[in-house]
Amino acid sequence: MFEFDPILLARIQFAFTISFHIIFPAFTIGLASFLAVLEWRWLATGNNHFREVYKFWIKIFAVAFGMGVVSGVVMSYQLGTNWSLFSDRVANVLGPLFGFEVLTAFFLEASFLGIMLFGWDRVSKKMHFTATCIVAVGTLISAFWILSANSWMQTPQGFSIEPDGRLMPTNWLKIIFNPSFPYRFAHMITAAYLTTAFVVGGVGSFYLWNKRHLQHARIMLGMATIMAALVAPMQLMIGHMHGENTMEYQPVKVAAMEGNWEHTTNAPLYLFGWPNQQKETTEFGITIPNGASFVLTGKADGRIPNLKSFAPEDRPPVVWVFWSFRIMVGIGMLMILVGELSAVQYFRKKLFDSRWLQGVWMLMMPSGFIALLAGWFVTEIGRQPWTAYGVIRTVHSVSPAILGPQVAWSLFAFVVMYTFVFGAGSYYILKLIGKGISVSEDTEQFYKHGLEASIIEASKSKGGNHV
Amino acid sequence: MFDFSTFIDLPLIWGLLIASAIFLYVLLDGFDLGVGILFPFAPSDKCRDRMMNSIAPFWDGNETWLVLGGGGLFAAFPLAYSILMPAFYIPIIVMLLGLIMRGVAFEFRFKAEGKSRNIWDYAFHFGSLGAAFCQGMILGSFVQGVEVTGRNFSGGPFDWATGFSVMTGIAVVFGYALLGSTWLVMKTEDITQDWARKVASYVLFFVGLFMLLVSMSMPFLNECIQKFWFSSPNIYYLLPIPLLTSSLFFMVWYDLHCPKREYRPFFASIGIFFFGYLGLGLSLFPWIIPYKYNIWQAAASGPGLSLMLVGVAPLLPLILGYTGYCYYVFRGKSGHDHMY
Repeated sequence: MFEFDPILLARIQFAFTISFHIIFPAFTIGLASFLAVLEWRWLATGNNHFREVYKFWIKIFAVAFGMGVVSGVVMSYQLGTNWSLFSDRVANVLGPLFGFEVLTAFFLEASFLGIMLFGWDRVSKKMHFTATCIVAVGTLISAFWILSANSWMQTPQGFSIEPDGRLMPTNWLKIIFNPSFPYRFAHMITAAYLTTAFVVGGVGSFYLWNKRHLQHARIMLGMATIMAALVAPMQLMIGHMHGENTMEYQPVKVAAMEGNWEHTTNAPLYLFGWPNQQKETTEFGITIPNGASFVLTGKADGRIPNLKSFAPEDRPPVVWVFWSFRIMVGIGMLMILVGELSAVQYFRKKLFDSRWLQGVWMLMMPSGFIALLAGWFVTEIGRQPWTAYGVIRTVHSVSPAILGPQVAWSLFAFVVMYTFVFGAGSYYILKLIGKGISVSEDTEQFYKHGLEASIIEASKSKGGNHV
Repeated sequence: MFDFSTFIDLPLIWGLLIASAIFLYVLLDGFDLGVGILFPFAPSDKCRDRMMNSIAPFWDGNETWLVLGGGGLFAAFPLAYSILMPAFYIPIIVMLLGLIMRGVAFEFRFKAEGKSRNIWDYAFHFGSLGAAFCQGMILGSFVQGVEVTGRNFSGGPFDWATGFSVMTGIAVVFGYALLGSTWLVMKTEDITQDWARKVASYVLFFVGLFMLLVSMSMPFLNECIQKFWFSSPNIYYLLPIPLLTSSLFFMVWYDLHCPKREYRPFFASIGIFFFGYLGLGLSLFPWIIPYKYNIWQAAASGPGLSLMLVGVAPLLPLILGYTGYCYYVFRGKSGHDHMY
């Protein structure tokens, strides 16, 4: 008989539901800020194109937000249904963080979203703008708390352990501002902005390519270009600092990222390779000699962690971490390239006419989501075999009463449901994009600005301040 | 590390707070789940658009109370969270799947055209119905108690499926349908309202019936509950609860047949829910894992509860304030146009 391993199934279920979930908050974090900038530009300039772009993206925002809410409710129960031992042990430390997330962010976002979506004729322009800003800030507050909780699981501190194994808080500031939190927070927010920028830029390029909504498309591609050109390189720096922090607190994760089994110094940088957990070696390697040591320490003979100095039962599944890391970094590099090329084209005054570049932007549309998920795979799989790193092992976290078949069918149900929902969601979002932007009948504004004026307007005020 | 537990009964306060949060969830998501339960029975598509529009600005916020319920239980009563969640594994997962279905139906329905719209109408209906029924079953099996060994649930995966929990499941479905229909009486007009009035009076009868059945079986579940309700002098203090509840039933019935009354049926239905919930709460107090652990045994440690209390004190009034503001912004009757 085929036996279900409840631990593995519970892990897959959590990984599946949270991966599905994180796509939407990441997108809404970026979109909310983008919408706030658009509305601000509209109020400041009176250019109706901004308002029309806003009204277009808010429909997509509503779909993404709704999917984020419903998949998020699942997360707040999943911890108890499948991971009750973990919940029981860490609740005293992590509970307040989740509590504050709901109290300071979720209600704020969910309540004012109603005004953002439906309040145009019911509140003043100023109040509407305020609602947009509140939602944007709410998404950031929410990210603050959940990343603090996640970072605590990576770098736990500020607690003591009771005789029965439960963790008790001793210092809240140490818990909330744990060592990896600032880096992870910055890395994630930047990732969310970049993800959104590449979707917005891709849609703008799609319209330029098809010669539709030219002014609106310029606003989209222009704003996305500023974001990509400035923030993508910044993300490389933040990611690098995050890596150094990980090397200090979770060295085995960095060793897995580099696929480094033996070297203590002069470790090579693997461009390609296949880590083999049984043979304890990375096969088929294409390497840059001394590369890993140099990147991580700045010196060719710098000391970096290796996998063999950790007991086999303390090592994460190396190949997942190794490859997810390469996918994330690879996409990050592509983003920088696209951002800088677009900036160059902009200064050559060719940004809105180069069709090859528009093609690249369209291809890059899903890139942010893939990089984001790959990044989370690196940090979450890299934390294994622990749930709270160095404190609680994954095998000691799962609910004792749940059985394999129970987890298996619920996992199956989630996969079916999410595939259906995701398929329908993508379909409607693509349909919205295909349908295009509805231009307001308020012609007075339109004549005042005229075609040329709005092009200048759009290229002048691409609202780089959306960071 | 500050800790108020030396001079404040933190578990008691948090028990009341969580109970209030769950009650608010029941009321708020109750009416929008109720609208979903009644959805396919509406006389026309235009009515359905109106029904949808009347709850569209609020459902995200309403569902957030459920997240607070889950998150709050995790934070304030971790033992209850880690025992009850595995115990109700299947109904919780089904409830979540139902909520996902109805949640996305909100967004997709507005974007769909023609036949595919029907799919979302039914997704909305069955999602709401399933979620409501599962919530009722969870409530029923919670009241019956779960099997516990040490700090873990030790029963089987289908322990929650009992005759009593099926009854409470149906009771909650009717209860939400009452909230939903009286909400529609308040938020719509013309034929939608006429229909809602008819449905509400029909549903009201079943709510009464099931409330009676559940109340009558409660004392047989546990001796303490029996003693609590029927011993002197308690019985005299508690008598107003059933009396007030029954008078509220008459009030709703009367108002539903009086065209001038548009608001009162909804608020009187809230009253019915309040007394039902109060009766339940008083019966179970102070258990949080019925008949095994009380709120003091299951509570989180003092520092965590203290920190959250400091947060809740200003934040909860603020949340209630802006939630109220949002309801105020969208006051009045809802239309059938696509709103954004």
